[in-house]
Amino acid sequence: MTPHVELKNHQRERYLFSLRLIFCLGFVAVLLAILVARTFYLQVWKHEYFDTMAESNRIFVVPIVPNRGVITDRHGEVLARNYAGYTLELTPEKIPDLNATIEEIGKLVEIKPKDLRRFRKLMSERRSLQTLPVKTRLTDEELARFAAQRYRFPGVEIKARLFREYPLSDTTSHLLGYIGRINQLELDDLEKKNLAGNYMGSDYIGKTGIEERYEKEMHGVTGFEQIEVDAGGRAVRMLSRTPPQSGKDLQLTLDAGLQKVAEEAFGDYRGALVAIDPANGEILSFVSKPGYDPNLFIDGIDTESWDALNNSPDVPLNNRALRGQYPPGSTIKPFMALTGLHFDARSPAFSISDPGYYMLPGSSHQYRDWKTGGHGKVDLFKSIVVSCDTYYYGLATELGIDRMHEYLEQFGFGKQTGIDLKGETSGLLPSTEWKRKRYEQIWYPGDTVSAGIGQGYNLVTPLQLAFATAILANDGVAYKPHLVKEIQHAPDEKQAQPEPLYDLHIPAEHLALVKGAMAAVVKPGGTAVGAFWGVQYPVAGKTGTAQVIGMKQGEKYDEGKVSEYNRDHAWFIAFAPADKPRIALAVLAENGGHGGSTAAPIARKVLDYYLLGKKPKPLQKVIEQAGAEDD
Amino acid sequence: MNLRLIKQRFMLHLDPILLSGLGALLLVSLLTLYSASGGNEMRVFGQLGNIAIGFVALWIVANMPLHWLMRIAVPIYVLGMLMLIGVALFGEISHGARRWLNLGFMNFQPSELMKIAVPLMMAWYFEKHEATLTMKNYVIATLLLLMPVALILRQPDLGTSILIAASGFYVLFLAGLSWRIIGGLLVGAAASAPFLWNMLHDYQRHRILMLFDPSQDALGKGYHTIQGMIAVGSGGLLGKGYMQGTQTHLEFLPERTTDFIFAVWSEEFGFVGNLFLLGLFAFVIGRGFMITAAASTYFTRLMAGSITLTFFTYAFVNMGMVSGILPVVGVPLPLVSYGGTSMLTLLLGFGVLMSIHTHQRLVKT
Repeated sequence: MTPHVELKNHQRERYLFSLRLIFCLGFVAVLLAILVARTFYLQVWKHEYFDTMAESNRIFVVPIVPNRGVITDRHGEVLARNYAGYTLELTPEKIPDLNATIEEIGKLVEIKPKDLRRFRKLMSERRSLQTLPVKTRLTDEELARFAAQRYRFPGVEIKARLFREYPLSDTTSHLLGYIGRINQLELDDLEKKNLAGNYMGSDYIGKTGIEERYEKEMHGVTGFEQIEVDAGGRAVRMLSRTPPQSGKDLQLTLDAGLQKVAEEAFGDYRGALVAIDPANGEILSFVSKPGYDPNLFIDGIDTESWDALNNSPDVPLNNRALRGQYPPGSTIKPFMALTGLHFDARSPAFSISDPGYYMLPGSSHQYRDWKTGGHGKVDLFKSIVVSCDTYYYGLATELGIDRMHEYLEQFGFGKQTGIDLKGETSGLLPSTEWKRKRYEQIWYPGDTVSAGIGQGYNLVTPLQLAFATAILANDGVAYKPHLVKEIQHAPDEKQAQPEPLYDLHIPAEHLALVKGAMAAVVKPGGTAVGAFWGVQYPVAGKTGTAQVIGMKQGEKYDEGKVSEYNRDHAWFIAFAPADKPRIALAVLAENGGHGGSTAAPIARKVLDYYLLGKKPKPLQKVIEQAGAEDD
Repeated sequence: MNLRLIKQRFMLHLDPILLSGLGALLLVSLLTLYSASGGNEMRVFGQLGNIAIGFVALWIVANMPLHWLMRIAVPIYVLGMLMLIGVALFGEISHGARRWLNLGFMNFQPSELMKIAVPLMMAWYFEKHEATLTMKNYVIATLLLLMPVALILRQPDLGTSILIAASGFYVLFLAGLSWRIIGGLLVGAAASAPFLWNMLHDYQRHRILMLFDPSQDALGKGYHTIQGMIAVGSGGLLGKGYMQGTQTHLEFLPERTTDFIFAVWSEEFGFVGNLFLLGLFAFVIGRGFMITAAASTYFTRLMAGSITLTFFTYAFVNMGMVSGILPVVGVPLPLVSYGGTSMLTLLLGFGVLMSIHTHQRLVKT
């Protein structure tokens, strides 16, 4: 390439560039002209139109927050309601010196350290230009005092608001959950779902429980008013109003009376209870102990109360009924018995001679029965009544873990029940495939032995166990457990009767045998006889004990020697009346020791109330009376 | 040391004509911000701080010799890309979008850096291959552009990705991309519109739909557009007067100090005020074109042209959005809207322009 050619290229290129630049100049000129034309159109041509709009305009679009739906129990007792009250709210952006202002307000209205702490917490998670309450629930006197001095506080307003209240407090905390102030994360989420408009005036959103799950139904549709204001921004008149549509009321399947009895029946025990109507899956009681006061959360909980709840060794914020996972222990035995019968691994007449331990063929390791020396001659019926471990060690070994998994899964073990609450855990029903995937290990015969009595890898939630009990009570016909009976104000959407999920088609003679044995559990010779002494209706039940810490070979569990939080968990499952069940339940008393002595008395009180309308006696007495047999 | 020498060393690299245009726009910014914030000096001081930082950056860049700019093009682009990938993988999520990178001591938005880095890289690339430009070079340059744009679009940040795409396209166009290919690209863009539509986030689609019928969402996004148009329209020929805009002061207007500041100016100073403001923009852009036309190398021509045209695009997209002919995409009015990051990037860009202008003048003399 000669220098001459390159120079020529260079010139040509400059020429080309100039052409392009001139084109760009034209492009810019045209677009600028469009802008001029557009502003001319808006500002001169259509000026009158927009001027009238701005003038007559001065219209504020004010959202009207719909009333949140009320929640009642199955008999109409109110569980969550709204009441009107006044709050004092600040807009931090409009206040130059926040601390000084709050201090000044404090001279008129009592602001507790708790209110201040909550305010600081809200500051950290607020949306921009959001007003934040520095004091909620003003008294009439405080209201009058502040109103008189209001001019001194720009950016501080009195607001009339509807407050949410949960009259039963702790009793329904885990079930209802609570609403709380909308934070930035939730706002982004609403924005993504295109719901931000509907939440323009809303300060609250369901955070957990029923309040979260049925947020859409209970929130309602925000209305708006167009208000004309004068040049000073004061409202002159209302131009139009699109009324809000109140949120729908929920009627729960819950029996509030039963819920209270159940909660009280726990006394100081931690634990959970779920009671289901087996004929339709309606949840009658849903307890997780300890509870907490959901009312604390509504306006943002203060740091101190939050730490107290969050750091308590009793973990009151954990919904044990829904999320707690425990070994099912001996409560698995009736289901194991049905599994044995289903696969013809056991006949009703077959019996073993129990020496008090079980050994796998070719091994000297002893799997001990809870009763030293054993139960003697044990058939299937007796194996449930006395809760014989040896019988189930052998049965499990013969069945193999995968057949157990196949059949037990149909009772809802190892998967979510599909209850209408968020955050359900699925428990664990082990199988060879599961162990390979989870631990990349093969399944050992010893794993099967302990799985046979509901220990080892097995984990259930109280809800799952109640569900399984309900399926058994209802002769193998399963209904999805649910908490909402009816969503009101929806006459066109006639609430359909719940449809059964599936039918296990358990042969009648199998059912009769297992249910008969469970009925004998509460009779003399059974593991729960103490708790059900003198019961006036037929009950079928099963005790269970879930180990918290493992015992070494040859070591004996001694309640006195282990610390409180390491004691065994006590289980009891039951349904009644045994011949025509109206209620099926599962009770867990954490670190309660034996199912017969702590969990069964709780179940007794719940059943007495539900079936006889009896209020229970104080807790301590019942436990003393229940000189329970072991399990 | 005599005064002339000092002047030559530190001051000569500023262009007084361009500087006066920028100064006028920044005065408009301070004036309007004071009104838009309801007489809050804090906003004005805040913006003064932004301007001060921006001017330091402008002055430093303007005094950089051109071959320095050439030398940092590749490292800056690579650094920017790495940070964009970093954002996609570990970025901080704020307001539902992943745009920020936490550097420990500060949160940094790499997409802002790319506003300069992308045209710089592309201009550098064309300069390198100036003598032997073939189709292959255009394809590679396009890829250099599309990679960061796709990453920023995914954050999601529609406004910034449009601006960067535009700045890169201007480089391609000025570098002489053939008209046939531009035509083909336009057809291709039209054909891929449905695909792009699917890539957009729901809220972005919603905003585009709003353009056609803002009234359908009177409580949500449509509100912005409607109130903006009312503010502009009600300003009339002469405006309602400074600090007198009802839309502004009764707080009908959203984002008054940022994206919708043009509506505040329009409402208070009317059509006449708008002609003046558009005149100022035209003046700055015109000066930019003059610098471009006089630039001596291929690299500086492409760079200067792209900076000037991108600045114009900024202004056009914002004013078009406020006056209701473009969808609300979240682009501030350059030099006028409140904001530190965009002020810094813009003034950096003008620093490059001044460096291009002043350094070659020195070369000539």
